[in-house]
Amino acid sequence: MSENVPDDLQYTRTHEWIRDLGNGQVEIGITDHAQQALGDLVFVEVPQVGRELKAGEACAVVESVKAASDVYSPVSGSVAARNDALSDKPELLNSDPYGQGWLMRVARGSAPADGPFLKATEYAQFVKEAG
Amino acid sequence: MPFIPHTPTDVSEMLSVIGAESIDELFDEIPEALKAAALEGVPTGRSEMEVARLLTERAAADGRLLNFIGAGAYEHHIPAPVWAIATRGEFYSAYTPYQAEASQGTLQLIYEYQSMICALTGMEAANASLYDGASALAEACLMAIRANRGSESRRILMPRTVNPTYAKVAQTIARHQGVEFEAPAFDRRTGRLSIDALKGSMASGGYAALVIQQPNFFGNLEEIDALTDWAHANRMLVIAVVNPVSLALYRPPGEWGSEAGGSGADIVCGEGQPLGVPLACGGPYFGFMATRLSHVRQMPGRVVGRTVDTEGRPGFTLTLQAREQHIRRSKATSNICTNQGLLVTAATIYLSLLGPEGLERVAASCAERTECLVQALTRIPGVAAAFDTPRFHEAVLVLDRPVPPVLAALAERGIAGGLDLGASHPELGHAMLVCATETKLDRDIEAYANALRDAIESPSAARAQLEERA
Repeated sequence: MSENVPDDLQYTRTHEWIRDLGNGQVEIGITDHAQQALGDLVFVEVPQVGRELKAGEACAVVESVKAASDVYSPVSGSVAARNDALSDKPELLNSDPYGQGWLMRVARGSAPADGPFLKATEYAQFVKEAG
Repeated sequence: MPFIPHTPTDVSEMLSVIGAESIDELFDEIPEALKAAALEGVPTGRSEMEVARLLTERAAADGRLLNFIGAGAYEHHIPAPVWAIATRGEFYSAYTPYQAEASQGTLQLIYEYQSMICALTGMEAANASLYDGASALAEACLMAIRANRGSESRRILMPRTVNPTYAKVAQTIARHQGVEFEAPAFDRRTGRLSIDALKGSMASGGYAALVIQQPNFFGNLEEIDALTDWAHANRMLVIAVVNPVSLALYRPPGEWGSEAGGSGADIVCGEGQPLGVPLACGGPYFGFMATRLSHVRQMPGRVVGRTVDTEGRPGFTLTLQAREQHIRRSKATSNICTNQGLLVTAATIYLSLLGPEGLERVAASCAERTECLVQALTRIPGVAAAFDTPRFHEAVLVLDRPVPPVLAALAERGIAGGLDLGASHPELGHAMLVCATETKLDRDIEAYANALRDAIESPSAARAQLEERA
């Protein structure tokens, strides 16, 4: 299965994707590459709404039958929403990592200073070189 | 595994393969200064016969005291089949095997054990065991901090009615992980916690969990419903520390709390020794732990699950391993890498043999024996019960004089009379903790009462000596 890296998102070297929602919030998830590497997910833990995150902080856990990994927040801000559907259907993260498998939305502070993040082409290259 | 010693030929062949002259050479890397030439006070090797003789004599010198000490380790009758079965070759190992699923019998046994612990505690999931009751409590405290989403606090309320040894072990293990403990006092009149006192001691920032030992260290029954409700109302988890035998008589921790707030304890742990494990100078014992399904991923240790194979036949497997250290490394839920499988085997056999009814009879007998003991001893002038609170199978007695000389005099008369509480709970005065299980007959209790009367009325040589020293 080839790996999907949508052009309209930004990426981190720890395999999170960031979608700018345009309202001061960003949506965060893990990449297609990450979900393939983890295998079938059995449990996803997302942070509580309202939690203050610092960029680089471990804020979620994704657990498959063979591994469990931390997800690091790419940005600083407070958790505005989380994807509760994942608690019953963690497999959404396998089937639709950039859509229904989103993890959380974070309201960034007034002066977002995080990043720089990777562009789709850069991330694809990074994965290729690391693999 | 067969017992095959190395012959001198084996040893020299192995050495020649790796190119070493001698076995000592293998330890060359250790600086000479660090090597111990001889251990002070330990003689060089003796024959098996000599050692057996020496140790038999030393053991005989200890005598066979009639034991009335509990305080966390309890003398129960262990039916003969328990260890006859547990020591069969198929079971006789402390470890779950590597490639665990190849040993379906071992996994099934652990699964049955987990199910029994769940039934006793009223919880939904139990692990395959921990080292002992004290370390189980330490792990429960760390788990509560991970699991309590409603509180950022890393503080735990560990009241003085919790076994002081447990509190110490929990501190030793958890304090280097930034966990702080506070020890609320108990009501001196009742020997149990009071909600009012707890309310008064609330720090700002709250606590991650309240530890409730039931029955508490003094043997008294805490007001578990009110305490559980109060803890939950203040965003704390409830960690229940329970005696598994007592659960045959009392409501399981899963049902603690009033109906309104009645969600029960969140984590239950305790010492498994009373379930078929001999006292044996303090160990090996095993700890048990159980929780609700919603917290199961925060629970340390191994968990066995039931599943089906590719042909739909039932089977057993290790489950939820992704939280463990061989996968999560430093972020594992704990650093527990083994369990007390053999002791768990004995406990599972013990519980199977007794059944719910048998365990209830043991528990009821313990409670009745202890009431007899307290009545017999408090008839002696200068001996009083410290509390008039409902209790299980232990009680605090207060004497009109220092406890250590009295215990020494009792020991001279063949009685292990109780645990001196002077060091752990000086606020109680001349207090000692006594216990009677189903193993204590009327004549044993009478022997204790006579010896205590004697010890109090006619000071012995030992007592005189101790008083001289003091």
